[in-house]
Amino acid sequence: MSRVLDMLRGDTQADRVVPPTGYSARLTVFTAAAMAFLAVFALALSLAAGRLADRWSDALARSSTIRISAPVAELEAQTWAVLTVLEQTPGVDSARALSDEEQRALLTPWFGPDLPVESLPIPRLIEVIETSEGYDAEGLRQRLSAEAPGAVLDDHTRWRRPLVEAATRLRLLGWVSLALILSATAAMIILAAQSALAANEQVIRVLRLVGALDRYIARAFVRRFTLRALMGATVGAVVATVAVALLPRAADEGAFLTGLGFAGWSWLWPLVVPVLAAIIAYLATRFAALRTLKGLQ
Amino acid sequence: MTMARKGKGAGVIELRNAAYGYGQQPLLADMSLQLAPGSFHFLTGPSGAGKTTFLKLCYAELLPTGGNVTLFGKDATTMTRDDIAAARQKIGVVHQDCQFLDHLPVTENIALPLTVTGRDGTDQQANLSELIGWVGLSSRANAKPPELSGGERQRAALARAIIMDPAVILADEPTGNVDWDMSLRLLTLLVELNRLGKTILIATHDLGLIRAAKQQVPARVLRIGGGRLQAAGADL
Repeated sequence: MSRVLDMLRGDTQADRVVPPTGYSARLTVFTAAAMAFLAVFALALSLAAGRLADRWSDALARSSTIRISAPVAELEAQTWAVLTVLEQTPGVDSARALSDEEQRALLTPWFGPDLPVESLPIPRLIEVIETSEGYDAEGLRQRLSAEAPGAVLDDHTRWRRPLVEAATRLRLLGWVSLALILSATAAMIILAAQSALAANEQVIRVLRLVGALDRYIARAFVRRFTLRALMGATVGAVVATVAVALLPRAADEGAFLTGLGFAGWSWLWPLVVPVLAAIIAYLATRFAALRTLKGLQ
Repeated sequence: MTMARKGKGAGVIELRNAAYGYGQQPLLADMSLQLAPGSFHFLTGPSGAGKTTFLKLCYAELLPTGGNVTLFGKDATTMTRDDIAAARQKIGVVHQDCQFLDHLPVTENIALPLTVTGRDGTDQQANLSELIGWVGLSSRANAKPPELSGGERQRAALARAIIMDPAVILADEPTGNVDWDMSLRLLTLLVELNRLGKTILIATHDLGLIRAAKQQVPARVLRIGGGRLQAAGADL
C-alpha cells in the first residue's frame, strides 16, 4: 500500500530525469480511454445478460401454464377439474384461471383492444405457481389427461431453457470480452513502454553511468505510464457510463433490448475500470521495463 | 607485463590477467593492474588501442572475456545489476563525450547522481552550489548541456563525477575537446582531488598533459599497445 501511495505521490526530481515522450504518451492515454470505453460496455452487457438469465431462471422456472382447449360446454367443467387436480398436487403453491380481461390483455398486442374474447373459441389459461420443491410434471400430465382431456401442461421448459442458456452464454461472452479488452490494453501498454524505453536508451545509459538502480529507472517509466493509463481510462469510463445512462428506456416488453445498462449498486462497477487499467498499466510497464533493462548492456 | 603491486593492500579496482575482445577478435589481453587508494595513473596509447575499453572494464560497463576484474573487492562477472550500480556510486566517470541529459539544465545534470540515489536533500544543495562554483560554472548553472562550450561540458562532467564523493575518478580523454589552458585547469582540479585522497585514472593521448601532471603529482604512466598493458618509457 505504501508503495502505491509513494508512486501516486511521486518524485518530481525523478520524473524529470526521463524526458517527456509525446508519441507514446498520447498513444497510452488514447488506448486506455478507448479500452475503458469498450470495457464499460462489455461490463454493462455482461451484467444485463446476467440479470436476464437470473430473471428467466428464477421467475419463469417457478411458473407454468395449463391450456384447456375444449368445446364451450365442457370448458367450465374441465377448468374446475384441472383446478381441483392442482389443489391436490404436491409442489403446487397456487393455481388460478386467468380472467377474460387478462386473456384479452395478452392478445391485445396482436389483435387490438376490441377483441370479443367471449365469442371466440379461445382456450382457457391456468397459471400455476410452484413451491420451491416443484411438482412432478409427468405425473401431473397423466392425471390431467384422465380428469381433463383438453388440458395441456406447459412448464416453460421447452422455450425457457434455450433462453436461459443464451443469456448465460451472453454473460460469459461479456466477461470474455472484458478479459480480452484488458489483455489487449496490457499488450498495447507494453509496446508503448518498450517504445519509450528504446527511445530513451541514451538516458538509461547515463542514469546507469551515475549509479541508478534498474528499479529506479523502471519506476520513472512505470509511474508515468500508470498515471497516463489511469487518466485515459477515467475519461473513457466516464464517457461510456454517460452513454449507457443515456440509452433509451422502454416499457417492460422492450426491456429485453433496452435493458443494456447498470442497475442499482452495479452503477459503481464502471469505477473499477480505471483502477483496473492503472493496475494493468503498472504491471505491464514494470514487466516491460525490467525486461528491457535486463536486455540492455 | 604485470603492473599489479603486491603487498600494499587491496586496490579499489583490480584487473588480473583481464582480457576483452569484440567477437572473436581479442582487443585487450593479459591486463593486470591494481589501482591503490589515493594513487594517480595515466593510461596512454594510440587511438584505437583500447583505452576506452580498458576504462569500461574498470567500471563494469564491459565485463572481461578472460581473467577477472574486481571492484571494491567484488568480482565484476558475478556482481548483480544492483551491485554494479552500488559500485558506480563510488566511481566517478568523466567521458570524452560527457553524456548528459540534454533536457535538464547543468545544475540538475551535475546533481543527477544525488537524484538517482535519493540524496538530493537540502544539505546537498549547498554542496552542489559550492561544487558548481569550484568548477567555475556558477554563471552557466541554468544552461542546457548543448549550450555549453567543450571546456564547460568537461568541467560539468567532472563536477557530476565527484558530487557523490567517489573513491575513484576515471576520466576518458577529459581534455580531448578543450584548449591547453582549459586542459591545465581541469588537470589542476584532478590533482586537487587526488590530494584529497581520490584515486585517479586518466586515459589520454596528450603527452603534454602527462608531463604537466608529473610536475605536480607522483603519477604512474601506463601504455596500451598491441593489446597489452606496459609501463611507459622513460620520456614519461
